[in-house]
Amino acid sequence: MDYAIESTVKVVVVFAGLLGAVAYLVLAERKISAYIQNRLGPNRVGPWGLLQPIADGLKFLFKEDVIPRHVNRFVYLAAPPAILVPALMGFAIVPFGDSITLWGREIRLQIADVNIGILYLLALASLGVYGVVLGGWASNNKYALLGGLRASAQMISYELALGLSLIGVLMAAGTLQLDEIVRQQSERTLFGFLPGWNVFTQPLGFVLFTAAAFAESNRLPFDLPESEQELVAGYHAEYSSMKFAMFFMAEYAHMITASAVIATLFFGGWDMPWLVDPGSSSIGASLLKVLAFLIKTGFFMFLFLWVRWTLPRFRYDQVMWLGWKVLLPLALLNVFLTGLYLTLTN
Amino acid sequence: MEQIFFYVFAAIALVAAVLLVAFRNPVYSALSLVTAFFALAGLFVLLNAYFLAAVQIIVYAGAIMVLFLFVIMLLNLGHSDALERVAGKYRRVAVVLLAATLVAQLGFMAGRKWAGMPASEDAPLFTDNINTIGRMLYTRYLFPFEVVSVILLVALIGVMVMVKGDREGGENQPR
Repeated sequence: MDYAIESTVKVVVVFAGLLGAVAYLVLAERKISAYIQNRLGPNRVGPWGLLQPIADGLKFLFKEDVIPRHVNRFVYLAAPPAILVPALMGFAIVPFGDSITLWGREIRLQIADVNIGILYLLALASLGVYGVVLGGWASNNKYALLGGLRASAQMISYELALGLSLIGVLMAAGTLQLDEIVRQQSERTLFGFLPGWNVFTQPLGFVLFTAAAFAESNRLPFDLPESEQELVAGYHAEYSSMKFAMFFMAEYAHMITASAVIATLFFGGWDMPWLVDPGSSSIGASLLKVLAFLIKTGFFMFLFLWVRWTLPRFRYDQVMWLGWKVLLPLALLNVFLTGLYLTLTN
Repeated sequence: MEQIFFYVFAAIALVAAVLLVAFRNPVYSALSLVTAFFALAGLFVLLNAYFLAAVQIIVYAGAIMVLFLFVIMLLNLGHSDALERVAGKYRRVAVVLLAATLVAQLGFMAGRKWAGMPASEDAPLFTDNINTIGRMLYTRYLFPFEVVSVILLVALIGVMVMVKGDREGGENQPR
């Protein structure tokens, strides 16, 4: 019973936090794009525009919900939840802190520590493409269909690089569980002074994974499925009101989960080197670890926005070239080098 | 609890499999196949085979069926005439082959049951199935594993040859 209550509280807290983060990431995107382009950005709703997400949400709810007559109704209605649900489910296995002792009870700060760990996340990432493809097809509109086709080709291509770039980390760690990977990173020190983060042992894997994660979440410079100058809005061109909002939220939820996973796998997750002893379990230390996780995740969320407003979009053949002829061979090379090192040292 | 879940997943898998054949629209058929894969993954989870469940989703639902959908949408296979011309001839053969496979599988399971053989009790498979599967694949089943990889490689090269051959023929032959 205690376990059920604990899990429910964790799910509710994480879910609410994730949705709140999605709302404020949209605001952050608008603000940061504004600063990058020398504008002010939204600043009318609340102080510094901080209540803008509420206004946006209300607008989405009260907009007219148009369902065009030429769509395939069942698939059209199924597509937005089909993309949002896997996007929100991914966060369940991310350890956002070590553990915290409240009322004499040790609580692990992770919703589900499944033993297939990162595979669960890859499975959900591979399901995200359904919403895009089905939305594009069901809209019965040539631009939407082209967006859906591009999305499926792109996501299949980059899934390979995404999975293979992780193999190096997994080989060195010898486990798929994210919690254990973080623990290993926090407990070692490299060359006597560097924190034992995987980014220092797997720099190539980190770069490849980040590039593939950008492509998987359809962010610029890989946003060809919705490139607005060619395809109007791509796969969600025919969606309005809350259904459009679901596509939008899924994109930001993908970004948050991708940032959290990059921070966890390559930057030590909740590990705060030099300042917090990884073995310490006081409430202060636990909260500092959560803070460390949030800072690292926040940085990568910022990186997603920063890149979007800095780089132009790839041409489609460049996307395919990069995925198959650059990222994939480099990922295989990374696997080979890691294997060679492990064989030589052990 | 597990029993309830088993029957729910099994029912979903069966209904989805029947719908897969019953639908006339290939997109719907593909979607019901995806549903069946999900139900199968659920059954694997009930058997503590988390690795198989994840691989089922990643490989079948996440990659192969997306490619199927891609092809269906790209070629716009909404009209069953084209399908009929290709698949219609072999329909009877397929029915006989698949029915024979089904009967053989049922017979095999029933035979085990009647012979009193218990379900597999391989303890490591329940507690640590990723490590166990990995070790088995690279020791006891290394040869079949490599053969499967070679077969896949052959298919891959075959596709390359066919695609390339077509293009060269198109360019070189005078029309």
